Amino acid sequence: MNSGTTIAVALLLPVAAAVSCQVFGRLRHPNLRDLATSLIGVGTFAAVWQLGDDVLRGGRPELVLFEVLPGVELAFQVEPLGLLYGLVASGLWIATSIYAVGYMRGHHERNQTRFFTFFALSIFAAIGIAFARNLFTLFLFYEALTLLTFPLVTHHGTDEARRAGRVYLGILLFTSISFLLFAILFTWRLTGTVEFAPGGILAADTSSGMVTVLLLLYAFGAGKAALMPFHRWLPNAMVAPTPVSALLHAVAVVKAGVFAILKVVVYVFGLDLLRGSTGSLALMTIASFTMLMAAVVAIRQDNLKARLAYSTISQLAYIVLGAAMATATGILAGGMQIAMHAAGKITLFFCAGAILVATHRKKVSELDGLGRTMPWTFAAFFVASLSIIGIPPLGGSWAKWYLMVGALETGFAGQAAFLGVLMLSSLLAVFYLMPIVVRGFFAAPPGGDGGGPRKISEAPLLCVLPLVLTALLSLALFFAAPDLVDLLRF
Amino acid sequence: MSLPEAFSGLWAYWLIIALMMVGLYIVIARDNLVKKVMGLNIFQAAAILFYVTMAKVAGGTAPIVQEGAEHGGGHGTAEVVYSNPLPHVLMLTAIVVGVATTALALALAVRIHGEYGTVEEDEAVAWDMEHG
Amino acid sequence: MRDQIVVLAVVLPLLAAPACVLLRHPRVTRLFSLGVVAACFAIAVALLVEVRGGNVISYQLGGWPPPLGIEYRVSVINAYLLVLVTAMALVVLSFHSSGGPHRVPERRRHLYYAVFLLCISGLLGITITGDAFNIFVFLEISSLSSYILVSLGGHRRAVMSAFYYLVMGTIGGVFFMLGVGLLYQATGTLNLRDIAARLEPSLDDRSTLLALALLVVGISIKLAVFPLHHWLPNAYSFAPPKVSAFLAATATKVSFYLLAMILFTIFGAPFVFGELQLHMVLMPLSILAMFLASGAAIFQTDLRRLLAYSSVAQIGYMTLGLSTANAVGLAGGLVHLFNHAVMKGGLFLVVACLLYRVGSVHLDALAGVGRRMPLSSAALVVGGLSLIGVPGTVGFVSKWYLVSGVLERGWTAAAVLILLSSLLALVYVGRVVEALYFRRPAADHVRPDLREAPLGMLAPTWILIAAAVVFGLTTDWTYGVAAEAAELLLQGGI
Repeated sequence: MNSGTTIAVALLLPVAAAVSCQVFGRLRHPNLRDLATSLIGVGTFAAVWQLGDDVLRGGRPELVLFEVLPGVELAFQVEPLGLLYGLVASGLWIATSIYAVGYMRGHHERNQTRFFTFFALSIFAAIGIAFARNLFTLFLFYEALTLLTFPLVTHHGTDEARRAGRVYLGILLFTSISFLLFAILFTWRLTGTVEFAPGGILAADTSSGMVTVLLLLYAFGAGKAALMPFHRWLPNAMVAPTPVSALLHAVAVVKAGVFAILKVVVYVFGLDLLRGSTGSLALMTIASFTMLMAAVVAIRQDNLKARLAYSTISQLAYIVLGAAMATATGILAGGMQIAMHAAGKITLFFCAGAILVATHRKKVSELDGLGRTMPWTFAAFFVASLSIIGIPPLGGSWAKWYLMVGALETGFAGQAAFLGVLMLSSLLAVFYLMPIVVRGFFAAPPGGDGGGPRKISEAPLLCVLPLVLTALLSLALFFAAPDLVDLLRF
Repeated sequence: MSLPEAFSGLWAYWLIIALMMVGLYIVIARDNLVKKVMGLNIFQAAAILFYVTMAKVAGGTAPIVQEGAEHGGGHGTAEVVYSNPLPHVLMLTAIVVGVATTALALALAVRIHGEYGTVEEDEAVAWDMEHG
Repeated sequence: MRDQIVVLAVVLPLLAAPACVLLRHPRVTRLFSLGVVAACFAIAVALLVEVRGGNVISYQLGGWPPPLGIEYRVSVINAYLLVLVTAMALVVLSFHSSGGPHRVPERRRHLYYAVFLLCISGLLGITITGDAFNIFVFLEISSLSSYILVSLGGHRRAVMSAFYYLVMGTIGGVFFMLGVGLLYQATGTLNLRDIAARLEPSLDDRSTLLALALLVVGISIKLAVFPLHHWLPNAYSFAPPKVSAFLAATATKVSFYLLAMILFTIFGAPFVFGELQLHMVLMPLSILAMFLASGAAIFQTDLRRLLAYSSVAQIGYMTLGLSTANAVGLAGGLVHLFNHAVMKGGLFLVVACLLYRVGSVHLDALAGVGRRMPLSSAALVVGGLSLIGVPGTVGFVSKWYLVSGVLERGWTAAAVLILLSSLLALVYVGRVVEALYFRRPAADHVRPDLREAPLGMLAPTWILIAAAVVFGLTTDWTYGVAAEAAELLLQGGI
């Protein structure tokens, strides 16, 4: 199988999953439906994985479909960042599709076929984003992802869900159409091309003001990156069923935003053009602000999923910060954070969902003592929290390490300040994540006597198994760091 | 061009403009749909007159070739000046269009009378307001 | 012989119309007119293939050479519009609701087809003729027949709307005629290319300026350029939905062609946009149209009215493209002409489907219809996404080039406004989608027997909606042709 075909397979398998969902759903075979989705998920991951060898050897597998506008093709190309994002999205899709079975059934959700169908289609869009060879293809799938996840956000069909859906679509489409599309068209106007190219496509003599404006347009245009003040959609999206929050609103969708920013920095601006520029400093400042503000807000959230959502906003800003540094180390750190945060945050959401299924509790203040009845869930939560905070030997620590190294390489006068921001942010992460673990394990359960062993009542196995696996993945990623460094050489 | 000149040399145009505005005013100001149609007719007639005026050459005659005469700039024989026939011909078409428009407009007015029981615009609008 | 097919495109439907009156039988006339339109479509496609790449086909009516006789002339821009008009006519005529509540009684149906064919003939005539007064005649043929078509809407307000449309249309037509007269006075010819060659417009020549003003205002009324658009929302929302689909997709587009032809070919871009600075008027009006009409669309509760207001806004995009007067922007305007025709035609056909089953397209009545009529509703969603300009749809292609053209002109603010205005489209499309899928029907609207529209209606609808996606991904025959046409117009050719 040549690499072009493999790309096509990786793209089409999620579509096949959507079709099989519809077919088995209509035939009323939910077991076959969910089995097929999971198996196809494995297939997708394998297809993306297979592309990895080639990319590691320096190859850039390509698939050109056809010319859409003169000079603008619908085309795919696998490069390191895209491979990483593709691996993360498709790999965690397997875990999520297993988890979703347990969750959706355990929680007696309605319209499961529609849910799984749109879920698979969202993955299709995510893979399309990962492999996009030019800004047009990227934008096409970026918008598709917004629209395809909309039915998932409004899944419950309640007034609250509809309102959240409106905010979701409103902010994401507003930013993408008014900023991102505008930036793309402006780039096209300046350079006559929308292709990603190593070293960037903007001319080296582009004025500093123009670079700053364009960079900010791209950064805010990728609204999925949830940079403040365009972050409100993410907490709103939490009305969706937990698997959606887990895979899409902690991994695929939000990472699509930061991934787009990374791609643009590397392949549109080029690191040389950005490094040390005003634009770089401006974006770093915005990212730092978002990082700290979101973390502070997260501490004040009582709803567990909302707290995790704000934590995501804060953690995404790490990636934007890495991209904004426009140094090889910064990009490496950004790429790593995509993978590390994905593994960690999906575990946290899985845990939140498992708690919801098992106890119907949504608030942090209701979790007292639950760790004793749900030990696996809370252990996984603990491990993932450590990874998010950035404590070795968990994956997250590497991303934070390289970010700090990168911050010192930027050459700005006040670069040490960013070091302080990163440390402060990690400290805040301790404050918003650790109390949950502490409450779970050490606080006395309400109404109970507080002493003595209690009966273990975990969520269904299909919920618990994936979250344990992803927690272990966070651990494993710590040791996979050399491979990532190898992959993300810029 | 001085003001008196503008009036003396171009009086036909001023007349046409006046006629047009009268027509347009009726279309806008009258509520009665049949009167609107009449206004529209006057408006169209003004445009037709414009073409006819334009084609008229001072001292010109109907463009039918006269025996023993030459047109414009002849030598010796009597000089005959013809009016331009083309705009007249065009206006035949325009009149047909105008008649068709009037017929259709009146037919619609009849339909409106059938639906609303009136051809007064304000009454019809009031009826629509009331009945949605 | 090959050239004869040029005139056939106009003559066929013109002769078929009285033939329909004689045939009388409803089904026979339907199939007959379908056949005629299909033939016209075939001719149009053949012509387009022929003239791509700079060829021009000229046909002399009655064998009289151009300055004296009437010339029919087909260059790439004419062929582009011929294909558009005939294709839309074909789709709309093939849209068939068997046994439904027809608005035209069976025994009068043949007259409906006759009028429809006349309208097509008029639109094709405007496009193809190279004679200024001939344009006026065809303009009135198509307008008169469209007044009749609008009046067939069934509701009493349809007749009233048709009357308003007639009054406005006639005023526009007379303005146009006066403009042509002044041009004749100035140049002594009616042949468009001759006029263009002889006319030397200057700011001191008041009669030429008056001619331009009359022509532009006259056509703007027919095109429904903001703020001369007031006839349009009523006409489109009370006409039979099939007719709205056809008129929205063709009549305004042909007027747009006329406007472009007059500005670029007759008067020439250097005069109109260089000396006269017409864009100083046209550009703000276009932007106002985009915002005010889209804003009005947001507050409509009737889907047809909503789409009608959206049409006014979309016409604003086209005139904005026109006012850039550069190759990319003009091509963007011209490609939007086709793109908007496809999506709005498709959307009005969806309206016809919904109206046929639900009986009303009030947003309240549409609550929860998404489950009962999944294919119609999905078509509405796709068409709506195209109106917003989501990538992968034709709306995106238009927006891409419009914004590029506007940026090239240096109007950065206008570019931002175009993009912002698509967010208004997002709001009004969102309201419809929300009604279809996320609202529960009110107690007195629950319709358990509601079914999907029949195939005869769905198939043509989906052809247009699918075209809105296909031409959003392959643009050689839309943007490619539009770019050629724009190039031609900018050179002052036709």
